[in-house]
Amino acid sequence: MKGIGNKSALAFVCLLLGIMISIQFRVQKDIKKSNAMQRTEELVVRLQDSEKQREALEREVSDLRNRIAEMASGADTIKALSAELENMRLALGLVDLKGPGVTVLMEDSKRAAKPGDDPNAFLIHDDDVLRVINELRASGAEAISVNGQRVMARTEVRCVGPTISVNGVRLSPPIVIHAIGNADTMEAGLKMRGGVIDAVAVWGIEVKVKKETEVIVPAYKGSLKFEYAMPVKKAGDQ
Amino acid sequence: MMWVAALALAAGLVLGFNLPLRIPISYARYLSIAVLAALDSVFGGLRASLEGNFDSAVFVTGLIANSGLAAALTFIGDTLGVELYYAALFAFGYRVFLNLGVIRRDLLRIYYQGRQPREMSSQWR
Repeated sequence: MKGIGNKSALAFVCLLLGIMISIQFRVQKDIKKSNAMQRTEELVVRLQDSEKQREALEREVSDLRNRIAEMASGADTIKALSAELENMRLALGLVDLKGPGVTVLMEDSKRAAKPGDDPNAFLIHDDDVLRVINELRASGAEAISVNGQRVMARTEVRCVGPTISVNGVRLSPPIVIHAIGNADTMEAGLKMRGGVIDAVAVWGIEVKVKKETEVIVPAYKGSLKFEYAMPVKKAGDQ
Repeated sequence: MMWVAALALAAGLVLGFNLPLRIPISYARYLSIAVLAALDSVFGGLRASLEGNFDSAVFVTGLIANSGLAAALTFIGDTLGVELYYAALFAFGYRVFLNLGVIRRDLLRIYYQGRQPREMSSQWR
């Protein structure tokens, strides 16, 4: 009887062991699978994220398309807007312009400086150029360029060593200024007695003014970025 | 005796693979150390039976107590942050190999001296 009891005990224990081993085996397999599952879950989450993003972008696209359609339906508005845009670009100096006007050529004095004279006085200075530009504007010039540099709202004319900086570009004599406008008025303005030309002629600086039926004033090519300036919103503005 | 153990083991394996019994993955460590404890018990029982001092009560209680203790030790170690798991692992692993060695010698002895393990065993201890 004891043998049977022992056998049954051994059988019971071995049965238990077998069950435990097989369960453990299965669990280990599950663990391996679950690692793969975690990876899958991660990928699923990322997929969902990108799908959400895509949906948002699609909504944006359709919104924008709707706006385009709205704008197209108001074709008159578009025309008005583009006309205004063109005007703005003209005013800003972003368009090549041609028209009647004058060409002003400024050259350093060829006269030899006498001893005791300030040799600086025989050179073209930024303020000479500025005075010419100012006079041209006063005479109704609509567009001005200095050696191909368009003079716009933010243009500087400044002495930089032996050269003159316009739109950040260094120019050296001869200085050629193109201006579109009424050629007669501008010429008269420049040649006015006691005017710009008279003032610099003392030093032998030559300023030649030539009336043209067509001068070309190139567009401003630099950056238009505003880093500091912000539009001021008024209460009534949208 | 041996064929009973083998048969029961096979039956247990079949049962375990086919039963819809699942334990959570977080308990897998406890089960694994319990399996080792059970293995130790089985080898201990095998050795005892070869040496003729097999006691089913000792055997069964030893199995359950060792398995439970090993799992409990692992659990305590996990909660304390001390890897007591390894203590159980080394203890049971050591005993399994020790028992295996004794079983091997017992079997060799039986082989050389004929099938009289019950009379001879006490001398060889």
